[in-house]
Amino acid sequence: MERFTRLEAIALPFPLSNIDTDQVVPARFLKKLRRDGFGQYLFNDLRFQSDGSENPEFPLNRPAYRSARIIVAGANFGCGSSREAAVWALHDYGFRAAIAPSFGDIFFNNSLKNGLLPIVLPPAVVLGLLSFLRASPGQRVSVDLPAQLVTLPDGSTCGFEVDAFAKECLVYGLDELEYTLSRLDEIVKFENAYKAKRLDV
Amino acid sequence: MASTMFEKIWKAHQIIARPDCQTLLYVDRHLIHEGSATAFQFLADRGLRVRVPERVFGTPDHYVPTNTRDASQIEDAERRRMVESLSRNAKNASITMFGLDDRRHGIVHVIGPEQGISQPGMLIVCGDSHTSTHGALGALAFGIGATEVSHVLATQTLWQRKPATMRITVEGHLPHAVTAKDVILAIIATIGADGATGHVIEYAGAAICDLSMEGRMTVCNMSIEAGARAGMIAPDKVTCNYLQGRPYSPVGPAWETEVGRWRALRSDPDAKFDREVMLQAGLIEPMVTWGTSPQHASPISGRVPDPAENENSSQRDAMMRALTYMDLRPGTALTDIQVNRVFIGSCTNSRIEDLRSAATVVKGLRVKSNVSAWVVPGSGLVKAQAEVEGLDRVFKEAGFQWREAGCSMCLGTNGELVPTGERCASTSNRNFVGRQGPGARTHLMSPAMAAAAALTGHLTDVRQMIARHS
Ligand code: SF4
Repeated sequence: MERFTRLEAIALPFPLSNIDTDQVVPARFLKKLRRDGFGQYLFNDLRFQSDGSENPEFPLNRPAYRSARIIVAGANFGCGSSREAAVWALHDYGFRAAIAPSFGDIFFNNSLKNGLLPIVLPPAVVLGLLSFLRASPGQRVSVDLPAQLVTLPDGSTCGFEVDAFAKECLVYGLDELEYTLSRLDEIVKFENAYKAKRLDV
Repeated sequence: MASTMFEKIWKAHQIIARPDCQTLLYVDRHLIHEGSATAFQFLADRGLRVRVPERVFGTPDHYVPTNTRDASQIEDAERRRMVESLSRNAKNASITMFGLDDRRHGIVHVIGPEQGISQPGMLIVCGDSHTSTHGALGALAFGIGATEVSHVLATQTLWQRKPATMRITVEGHLPHAVTAKDVILAIIATIGADGATGHVIEYAGAAICDLSMEGRMTVCNMSIEAGARAGMIAPDKVTCNYLQGRPYSPVGPAWETEVGRWRALRSDPDAKFDREVMLQAGLIEPMVTWGTSPQHASPISGRVPDPAENENSSQRDAMMRALTYMDLRPGTALTDIQVNRVFIGSCTNSRIEDLRSAATVVKGLRVKSNVSAWVVPGSGLVKAQAEVEGLDRVFKEAGFQWREAGCSMCLGTNGELVPTGERCASTSNRNFVGRQGPGARTHLMSPAMAAAAALTGHLTDVRQMIARHS
């Protein structure tokens, strides 16, 4: 997996709650191939008008935010469908971190597996950050994963929680599947004991 | 120590518990659909194989047409590729498939329980958020992403952080003509679209126990719409009666042993939940959604709410955006909202009981002339059963289209979309912006309520319709 240690980047304010993954990438693009990239479909129906031209109102289309790599959103970001393409779209566009008061559970897990760091900060901090970023577009936020610390544009810092295993995978670019396969013996042992108890398969 | 049903199932599947919170869990059943294409690709790229194919079951549901059972008729090459690659991947890995040519084919969350593949106490995953449906049988069932799907295919296991627990008790009994769909919409309206984020919900109380297996599946299905990781209901007599005799259910002495085990799964009387929510069944009315989040739901007797009256600024903004998208004005009576599409289907409400309930309302009446109304059964077997009961004739005579099984207009990835600007009364689970098609407007409700809307051309209180009938 792609490594994540530290990142300092422009932050895009996306001050809406309950942004579902159907908004992040509409279902009609899910039949596309992973290797062709999903960045072009990110927020498709918000970012583009029906004739395919850019919607000038959409923040990501404003020059100040075009190269944003951190998205700051309202509560329950990424709720709804389990489509991992929502994470691929953000990732392929260039995003590497998402900050919100809470995330959809499946989206949160998918993010960690694709080098997009989901960061939960207290609602008041996110609210303050959102209004700051909207008032002065193009401001940078920095994220230090080993230290579990976000530095806001005003210089203040805020710690965040991250699961130790997920952190290890991100910081060292480890692959979860490889790790699991290295413990196959334990799985086989469990399976044998389990089969002896259960009658289903 | 007293434990909840969730904790009992979790513990039984725990292979490795890392001190830093993640647990490696064993997966009993892995259900797959066309969306698994990327996961199989990941596996192939790494030269890995499906480790336990006997525990994997597949069916194409998201991309299949519902006017034919012939995959070669799919005009769009990308959609056809999705359906074909599932068949190919399943075949190569010796995975059991319920293909389009099999009458047992259907929506993955309909056929799992229908075949008895989903059973109490199991850990069930699928690359689809509505996997929570299977929790109705007393299983721990949840949706996962593509990378996790490839992990399960390769290892039959999954790393998870342990979620918190929440019990939602619906006390008392439901009033006449109030259904499972109304219960879950009322729950989501109460706790919010993120009300259960990070939690596994156990539904309990007399009103839940009263529900049929189909009704319980409707409730658990939409757990994800409240943000929950999973939803579950303790197995009881209803569960066992439902499972007995299903193709994959245990038989003979194994049946007796399993039933004993299933009955012991219920939460201990003094088990502690991280959160408890109570609702009174008697106060629940038929519900409809008016906005673009499942939490934007109100009793049909109500009006479109006024965002100005909401004190929370972010909720106010969301309501305003929702009303603009839905082209609705605050204060409009919900029963004055006109619809020109009706969709009865989806993994929430496409089972035989759902079709019976809609047919009862429709019988002998006509769909309003400007309304295009569809019934899409959840599986080939549901369709066949409905035809034995004559429900297909009731729908067809009323002017409904009677289709083949699939996800269809719930999300339209097969091309069956609600056209831009049109308004649909739908028995599905998501009223998100663009969910049923770009610019399409969705109102969620029960099958009986959707049937009533088809007849009148506007959102309708089905209770009045029933009163008129009798
Ligand atoms: S019916 Fe709708 S919600 Fe259910 S699995 Fe299909 S697309 Fe998803």
